[in-house]
This record gives sequence, structure tokens and C-alpha cells, in this order.
Amino acid sequence: MNNILRLTAAEIAEKLTAGELTSVEVTQAFIDRIIATDGEALDAGDRAAGKSGVNAYLHLNAEEALTVAKTVDEDRAAGKELPALAGVPIAVKDLIVTKGQPTTAASRMLEGWMSPYDGTVTQKVREARMPMLGKTNLDEFAMGSTTEHSAFGVTRNPWSLDRTPGGSSGGTLAALAAFQAPLALGTDTGGSVRQPAAFTGTVGMKPTYGSISRYGVIAMASSLDQVGPCARTVLDTALLHEVVAGHDPKDSTSLQTPVGAFADAARAGAAEGGLKGLRVGVIKELSGEGFQPGVLTRFNESLELLKSAGAEIVEVSLPSVKEAIGAYYLIMSSEVSSNLAKYDGVRFGLRKLPEEGNVTIERVMGASRAAGFGAEAKRRIILGTYALSAGYYDAYYGSAQKVRTLIQRDYAKAFEVADVLVSPTAPTTAYKLGEKTKGDPMAMYMGDIATVPTNLAGVPSISLPGGLADEDGLPVGIQFTAPAHEDERLYRAGAGLEALLTEKWGGPLHEQMPDLETLIRDFNFEGAK
Amino acid sequence: MTDDILSFEEAMEKYDPVLGFEVHVELNTATKMFDPAPNAFGDEANTNITPVSLGLPGVLPVVNGKAVESAIKLGLALGCDIAPVSHFARKNYFYPDTPKNFQTSQFDEPIAENGSIDIELEDGTVFTIDIERAHMEEDAGKLTHKGGAAGRIQGADFSLVDYNRSGVPLIEIVTRPIVGAGERAPELARAYVAAIREIVKNLGISDARMERGNVRCDANVSLMPKGTTEFGTRSETKNVNSLRSVERAVRYEIQRHAAVLDAGEKVVQETRHWHEDTRSTTSGRPKSDADDYRYFPEPDLVPVVTDSEWIERLRAELPEPPAERRRRLKADWGFSDEEFRDVVNAGAMDAIEETIAAGAPASVARKWWMGEIARIAKEREVELTETGATAQTVLELNKLIEAKKINDKIARQVLGFVIDGEGEPAEIVEKRGLAVVSDDGALTSAIDDALAAMPDVADKIRAGKVQAAGAVVGQVMKATRGQADAGRVRELILEKLGVEG
Amino acid sequence: MSAITSEQVAHLAMLAHIEMTEEELASMAAELDVIVDSVKSVSDAVSDDIPATSHPIPLQNVFREDVVGETLTAEEALSGAPDAEDGKFKVPAILDED
Repeated sequence: MNNILRLTAAEIAEKLTAGELTSVEVTQAFIDRIIATDGEALDAGDRAAGKSGVNAYLHLNAEEALTVAKTVDEDRAAGKELPALAGVPIAVKDLIVTKGQPTTAASRMLEGWMSPYDGTVTQKVREARMPMLGKTNLDEFAMGSTTEHSAFGVTRNPWSLDRTPGGSSGGTLAALAAFQAPLALGTDTGGSVRQPAAFTGTVGMKPTYGSISRYGVIAMASSLDQVGPCARTVLDTALLHEVVAGHDPKDSTSLQTPVGAFADAARAGAAEGGLKGLRVGVIKELSGEGFQPGVLTRFNESLELLKSAGAEIVEVSLPSVKEAIGAYYLIMSSEVSSNLAKYDGVRFGLRKLPEEGNVTIERVMGASRAAGFGAEAKRRIILGTYALSAGYYDAYYGSAQKVRTLIQRDYAKAFEVADVLVSPTAPTTAYKLGEKTKGDPMAMYMGDIATVPTNLAGVPSISLPGGLADEDGLPVGIQFTAPAHEDERLYRAGAGLEALLTEKWGGPLHEQMPDLETLIRDFNFEGAK
Repeated sequence: MTDDILSFEEAMEKYDPVLGFEVHVELNTATKMFDPAPNAFGDEANTNITPVSLGLPGVLPVVNGKAVESAIKLGLALGCDIAPVSHFARKNYFYPDTPKNFQTSQFDEPIAENGSIDIELEDGTVFTIDIERAHMEEDAGKLTHKGGAAGRIQGADFSLVDYNRSGVPLIEIVTRPIVGAGERAPELARAYVAAIREIVKNLGISDARMERGNVRCDANVSLMPKGTTEFGTRSETKNVNSLRSVERAVRYEIQRHAAVLDAGEKVVQETRHWHEDTRSTTSGRPKSDADDYRYFPEPDLVPVVTDSEWIERLRAELPEPPAERRRRLKADWGFSDEEFRDVVNAGAMDAIEETIAAGAPASVARKWWMGEIARIAKEREVELTETGATAQTVLELNKLIEAKKINDKIARQVLGFVIDGEGEPAEIVEKRGLAVVSDDGALTSAIDDALAAMPDVADKIRAGKVQAAGAVVGQVMKATRGQADAGRVRELILEKLGVEG
Repeated sequence: MSAITSEQVAHLAMLAHIEMTEEELASMAAELDVIVDSVKSVSDAVSDDIPATSHPIPLQNVFREDVVGETLTAEEALSGAPDAEDGKFKVPAILDED
């Protein structure tokens, strides 16, 4: 594997500035890696035979990425001043609209659709002069926790190809784990960057609601959605967060407060004594029953490390989290049912004519939506329609909004005694492909128990690698949560723990990852058998 | 179901009508309600749009602050309470003119509630109409139906959608049920919509042009048998878009309901469509469980929170309410009820007010605007103010008359020239040499000529037959092409002939 | 036995404009029943005195100046249209009236 791929974004930026590397070299290295490991090299016959790479990307944007890289190199050579991450490539979840590249939300509904406008984060990435490598896979319209609900094939977990990378930002985090990008943007509505970060041994941040503009991010559940900066290290995540955060007049829910000094906070946390005096609240309800033993072992190990570094461990309780999944599914599906109404085959996207009977617009809408949406999207639209309909609103949507108040109160109380809260990110390690898509839909939903409460409350939360579970050798995620507007604390705590763990492991976790190209070869050999 | 209608008189003998109105007012802001696309009428299709007005994937709304202030002003003008906290909500329904397949509106927390306005009918009878609420929302795009019967939705082969209007700011004003109007109901309906139109125009928040759909009325009608108080089933006649149609549609629906009830049938709760050509309504869509709009708070928008400082600042910006203004002007000008009503109906109130403010007496302002200017406007089929006549024109004409430079007849000619764009009155009088001949010398010679031509008439006058002077005056006026002051000519004739006038 | 019937789901699918076969309606009814059963406890967990939270981070009075911004051209607007004619979006006949 090309050594460039193992560099952190911070290191790449340094080497670009120092003239030790060019952006074209770096960008080309990642493009080559994507081609080698993602499945681009496979032809239709290979695919039909069940062969597959990671399939993290839905669209590879090589040409434009290299053009951007080239102009950055030229400007640097000409001595022009450049933004901090200029020339560092990035992957973008295919839920974020991009001019000049397709945006599909992993749905048949938007297959082939080209946005005539850029999202605000897309613009910020362009202004930061970061080459966009391409668009990454997700569960259709971000609805799912496995990336198996993509209309364009599953994404595989680079640690073990028969596992899911989690979801919905599975492609985004798998791309990072597979060294197919140093930085990536995902979105998080109920854990959609944190859970796949946990499953793939990477870092995913869900900022305070409103920290990053949602303009140009295809809406799933408006009051819960937030763009999530992702990377393999906490510092890189902080650097990316600084690039894309900030008030946006095009998003009414965008915060008006200045962007925090996230990278400084990460550096301070990683420094000697960076965790001293930090009050860490262990969430009673999210650190015991229902959690895989290997997950709890790694979690407790992290608590010990935090304690040894001078952090104060306290126990806190969030009694209302037991209602969080219910409230989350009601609020999310209600907003989904309305947000996804615009996909009707009139202005853009798939139009399908009814197979029989009259061709009226009502029937065309019905047929288009039937053909364009996958099963999970339909399930959530119908659930949301039910929760909002006459006679049920108060019991369902109304009550869920009240649970939201209770959860906020729980957090407020917990933060009276703790600076940050900690729990495992997910109760288990990565699911086997197919494990959660058959049978009881609640089984998949329950896996989000540790992540959805923060979306309901709007508070920031980060997941970082906590090691590998003993029983399956798969990554475990540790999640920190801070009060609203205190995203800096997460970078401090996260980078602090990351430094302690890296020291313990003798290097970053991803160095323990099996060689991906070998995995793919073995997998396809077996798959072809 | 009977298609008959009862005579209005018979309907009124048996039933009491209950009315209700939902009036939609399009604001005249520069941009749309939730995005910075131009709010403009009649441009090339699908050009006054942003990704937001088209509801593209990923877009978000941002509230137009001016539209909110317009809504608050309208709420105040309607005597409403302005909500301390008001939310936007989504009204979910699928229709191809609605890009998001939900309309962003307000549901349980509208910006303004609980108002009332007094509506004065032509004979001076006043009805108080209670306003339930006024809320902010957005307009839909425009559909054109092709194929089938010309432009009708029924039987069309396909439709074309232009989203230029999609997202234009609307305020919907909803009345409480109006009871007790009796036979005045159709007239009241018209007067109510006229009053709303006048208020929003006066506030400057809407162009209020009904023919462009700036003000649109949905009229609810139901009947109660005389002597009962329980409301009957109502029909909602949609988009009645002229004052005359509002009056006619309400009248028609009263007659139709009465016939249905008389036949022992039940009125269907449904929307009705008004047809101006046949002056009747036809059945639209019945209310159904598809009307479950699943309102919920718009998660992409934050609440509008008002405080007294903001509200009072806006209140201070409100112009004088039209009804109050009319009362004040009528008293100031000393017009009779009839004179003043004519002025209002002719749309001459503003012009007269301006003319008086410029220094003309009220009677003079009325004489000109209701007289010659009105005549020319009517002849040329334009509004009074579109004639080109101004307060200044009237003032100048009046000064010229008072100075005896011109007489009334010439003044009317001069006005004609002003309207033809020849310039200001004094300038025209000068240029065209229209000034009254008041030079006694010039007159004297004309008189001498006339007397010489009519020696027998001169003798009669000398003999004391003063009335005979009229013939000489006529001759002199003819000779001076009407530019002489006839009174002065007469004086000079009598003087010359040594007769006492 | 499913407390949510196929007929109920058919009504919801009508509201949501998604055509569904009888089989889809039946399986959706069964799934919905499981989900609703798992989430209905939210209504027992709350009481009248608890206010609803619709925005996680409370903001208010976010307004835009009434100034025209950048618009799409008709070509851009129609670029994704499944069907168009005369600069307008073309749709099949509309059955229901507004």
C-alpha cells in the first residue's frame, strides 16, 4: 500500500505546505486505491459472479479531483496563500448535493439526477480547495443502519467483507477505513456517522445541531439531521469540522455563534495532562445490559485509561433514554414522510407510468414512488404518515416531542456533574450482512439506542475507535457526548483518549487492519467458488 | 340531487344564511415567502425561481422578514391580537403545483387572531365581521391544462406547470361565521372583500389587483331554517375573483342551498366552482378522508417571536384606516352623504384630497374631478388618475378662472389640451391665445362694429329695452371667438349707449 | 393478530401516494404493527405538563432581507424534468380538482 494513504490529513497538509508532496500525487494515490479496492476494476461479469470490492463509492470524481489538485499545486508553486487543507482530498456522502457530479441519495428515485446547485458544505469544500474524490454509498435517503438499503449495492466492511460497515454513512466511513480517502463528510440523524465509525474503527462526529449548514443536504429528518465530519483521527476530524462549520443564512436552523477552535482543542487534549480534571459521566443505562461483552471490555478499558490520565469518572443517569428509540422513530418517520413527498416524478427524478389503467398524475406519482423507493423508505414513510394522521398525532408525534423534552432535561441534569458523557457507540460490533434486514425491523432500530438520544437533544457527540472486541476481532466505538455548543470538549476528550489508546496499541488501530487487497482477493476467490 | 335554485326572495323567507370567508392576499414583497426568488407577475415561465421555489432535493426555506411585518401590519389593521410566539407548519397534500407536496403555512399558532372589522354597506348599514385568524403561507405554481375542452381541467390530456408563482407570500384571512346578514348577505360579501382589498392596498402590502389574483376569495355559505340557530352544512365556493362574482356566487349558493333543503335533500359538504359565464357554481371535490393534511410544526423554520416594541413600531407605521379616513374627509369637506358616496365610488377621493391640500376649495376640487375630468376618463375608458390630470391642473385652471383670464367653457377646453399632453393650463392658454379679451379698447372696437351693423337694435336699447343687448353681446362674442368676458361686454354696450343696466 | 389492518395501510399509502399490492399492504401492516407496538410507550411516558420540543436548539426570528438573490435559468430548472414543454414541466392529466 502506498505510504501516502496512511498519512493523516494533518500530515498531508503539512507535507503539501513543505513541498514534500503535491496534491496531484496525493489525489492520484487515493484514486488508485479506490480503483484497486472498491470494485471499479470489476466488470459486469465479475459482479454477476458475486465478486465485489468494498463498494464505498457510488461515483468516482477522478477528473475533477485531479483538476482541483493541479490548480492547488500551481497556486502553491506560485506562492499564493492557500486554505489549511488545500489539496487534501475528501469523500462526500451521496446525500450532499454537488454540481457537476450525480447525487442519488442511493435511491432509484434520483438515479442520474444532477443538481443544478451546490450545497453549502460543498461550496465550503470547494472554497477550501479540497479535491472531491467522489460520492459515497449510504442507506437510501440515509434510512438504515447497515448501508444495505442502498439501491446501488451494499458496502462491505473493510475489516471483514461479510460484515456491514454500519449506516447510514457506511460508504463514507468504509472509505476512510479502506484508506480510500483521508477525510470524509457524512450525515448523522440517529447515529449515521458514529455507528459506522464504530463499526469501521474510524472517527465520526455529530456536531451540535446547527453547527454545520444543512442547505444542500438531502433532508431525511430535518430536526435531527446534521452533517458529520469524519476521518481516521480526532484531530483530522476537528480540522474538517472547522472547514465546513459556520453560520449559513440559507439554513434557518444554523447557529449564529462563531466556529469553535476544534483543532486546538484536539491538540490540547492529546497533550500531556490534557484530560486532567475532566469530569467524565458514565451513562448507567448505556453501559451494561444488552451490550456485547467484548464491547463492554473495551469500554471499561477506556474508562481505566481516562482515570489513569487524571479524568474523574462519575456515574450519570438518563432515565428517559428507554423511550428514545420510540420517540426517535416517530419523529424521524413523521419528518421523513413529509420531506420525501417531493419525490413524485414531476420536477426531477424517476417517473414511472402505471402499468395498467388511466395515466393520471395521481397514478403516475403513486407508481413513481412505488418504483423509486425501497422497502425501508416506504416503511418509514407509511409509519410517519400514520404518526401524523388525524386522531394519532397527539399520542404519537406529540408524545414523542415531549419525550424529547424529557431527554433534554436528562442531559442537562447529567451535565451538572459531568463535562462529557461516555458510553459505547453501539451495543455490538459490525453486523453480518443480511443479519438485520430480515424479520423484525425493530432489531435494526434497537442498535441505535446509544446514538439517537443525542440527535433528539441536539447535543454534540463523537465516536472514536476503542479497540477490537475479543470475540470477533472487530472494532468497538467509544462515544463522548457534550452539552450543546461545547463541541470543543469532545475534541479534547476524544483526542486525549485516542492518544492514550494509540500509546497502548503502539500505533493507530487501523494498523491492525488486515490487508484489504488480500481480503478482497480471498473474498472473491471464495465468492466465485 | 336537485340542480334547481329557489328565488332569492323565497330563500330569504325561509332561511337565514351563514357566511364565512377565506381571503388570500398575495403580498407585494420583492421576493418570495421563503426564498430570494423575485415575486413578479407575468415573466417567462420557470425563471423567477431558485432551487428552493422548485423544492429541489436539499433545499431549505428562510422566512422573508418583510412578509412577516406585512402580516403583523395586516393583523393590526384587522384589530387582531398578534401572537407572542407563532410557528410555521407543514400542510401535507400532493398536487403538481405544490413543489414540495406540502404547503408551508401556519396551523395552531397563526401570527394574528381574534380581530374584527366594521363593514359599511352602501346605505350606511354597518355589519361587524369577526376575524378568526390571519396566517402566513405560500402560493402554489400555475397549471395550464392542455387538450380537451379549452383550458379546463376536465378532459385535459396533460397539464403544464410554471413555478414562478410557487412560494409567493400569501396571507390568509379567515372570518368567524357571519350570521344575521339576512338578505344583505350577497351585498355584505362583496363589501367585505372590497374592504379587505382596500385595507391591504392602503397598507401598501399588496397590489390588491383581483384580476391578477392578488386578492382571492373562498366563500362559505350555509343556511339555517328561519327561527333555528344550528348551522347547516356548508359549501365552499373557491377562488371567486371579482367583487361582482363574490356577490353573485353567494347569492347563487343561497338560492341553491334553499332549493336542496326545500326538496328535503341534504347539502353536500364540498368545494364548488364559480362560473362567471353561466353565473352558477358546479360541484367540485367532496370533503373526504383524503383531506387529512397531517399538519406538524415546520422543522426547517424557527418560531416568530414578537414583543411590544416591535409591534408598536409597526403600529406607528400604519396609515389611517380607510373607513376612518373617509369619515374624516367627508366632515372636513362638508359634502353631503350622496356627494361623498359618488366621490368614493368614482375613486376620486385621493385626487380630491390632494387637490384640496394643494389649495383648491373643496367644491372646486369636486366640481372638476367629478365633472369634466370624470367625463373625459369615462370617454377614454381610463381611471381618473390615468387621465394625466393632477391636483395642480385643477388648481391652475381655477386660478385662471378666478383671475377672469378664462371662463368655464374655455377652462374645459384647456383641460382637454392638458390631458392631450400639451402642457400646463397657463402655458396652453398663452400658447393657444385663449385668454379672455378683457382689453376694453379691443372690446370697444368690436362693440362699435356690432352696433354699426345693428342700428335698429341699438335704437331699441337706447329706448330702454335693455334685454335687446343680448343680441349685440352675442355678436361681440362671435367676433372675439368666445374669448371675451360676456358680462363686461354687456356693461360696455350699455355704457356706450348711455343706458342704466 | 395484527391491530393495524391492510385497509388502514391502504389509506396511509393513498395519503402518501405510494401504490402497493395487496401482499405489500398485508406485510406492511404486520411490520407496522410490530413497530407501533414497540414505540407506543412514548405516550405513557409523558404528561400534559411537559412541553413539546420541536427544535433541539431553540432559535427565533431568523429572517431574510427582502432582496432578490440568484435565480435558476429555465434551462437549469427544467434540467432534471422527466418531461417538459414550452419551458414548463409537463405532467399527465390531473384527475382530482383542487
